[in-house]
Amino acid sequence: MTTPPPLSAQQVERYARHIVLKDIGGPGQQKLLNAKVLVIGAGGLGAPALMYLAAAGVGTLGVVDDDVVALSNLQRQIIHRADRLGQNKTDSAEETLAGINSELIFQAHTERLTSENGWDIIRHYDLVVDGCDNFETRFLVNDLCYFAQVPLVSGAVGEFQGQVSTFKGYETDAEGTPRPTYRCLVPQAPPAGAIPTCAEAGVLGALTGVIGSMQALESIKEITGAGSGLAGKLVIYDALDARFRTIKLPWDPANPLNGTNPSIHAPA
Amino acid sequence: MELIVNGEVKKVPSPLSVEGLLTFLELDSVKIAVELNLEIVSRSTYAQTELKEHDRLEIVHFVGGG
Repeated sequence: MTTPPPLSAQQVERYARHIVLKDIGGPGQQKLLNAKVLVIGAGGLGAPALMYLAAAGVGTLGVVDDDVVALSNLQRQIIHRADRLGQNKTDSAEETLAGINSELIFQAHTERLTSENGWDIIRHYDLVVDGCDNFETRFLVNDLCYFAQVPLVSGAVGEFQGQVSTFKGYETDAEGTPRPTYRCLVPQAPPAGAIPTCAEAGVLGALTGVIGSMQALESIKEITGAGSGLAGKLVIYDALDARFRTIKLPWDPANPLNGTNPSIHAPA
Repeated sequence: MELIVNGEVKKVPSPLSVEGLLTFLELDSVKIAVELNLEIVSRSTYAQTELKEHDRLEIVHFVGGG
């Protein structure tokens, strides 16, 4: 491995508050600068996640989104602006992120993530942040990240509740038990209509800020190795009660992805 | 027996499994996860996971929005 170039004087100044943190420091900042992170969705969760990751100096940021900016997005999707209605969300995100950090390499994937294009997009990244708005994509992202052996920092919101976890199902814990994936939490996609979408049931804008920022934070921890991550754990935030709970999420041996008798296989 | 479900004391028949509790509470298992004493119960073990007096449970509703 080649030694990365030393931080420039401007980088030392820009990232000074990271560099003084003993769990991050210069080496941690260097890891961030070399990292390639993909964010699924430039929506309520993706907006703060992208902005904090760009500000943190993540070197390459990709975003997948096929949607355009709508007026009803602006209540929470703070990466977009009122003068960009109708623009591709990827273009709008790029404009905001370039304003935060011009050193960033931005990769726009202005398409919907599908089983056809997903593998070729995801496998080029070191870490994936899922902030999409539907269960089908969540399963797809989970499975692709598992096969690509890429950590997945997953966040979800609905109404006043948010959930965050990190999935690294390709690893085992200290006892040799595989780590759980999204399928150990949600074994099967709830039928359409069973769980109301944000459009139907609503979501508090600032809640997406809390959860999306946590996803950026957990991503930074995964990249730099600071602290203990959320693999095998689930954080649940109840905004109305102002209550955070961190609970254990065990591996389910019956799950079809990394269970004892898997039925889902790696993309060809 | 008494369980603490979502912070409230609930009187339930005994013995009772997690699966039995969901039936008792008329909860649809495709929309929720069950947290028992700060740990998610794997769906495949609902039937054999027996509940004990004063177990603390939370019904975790799935959210999928972003």
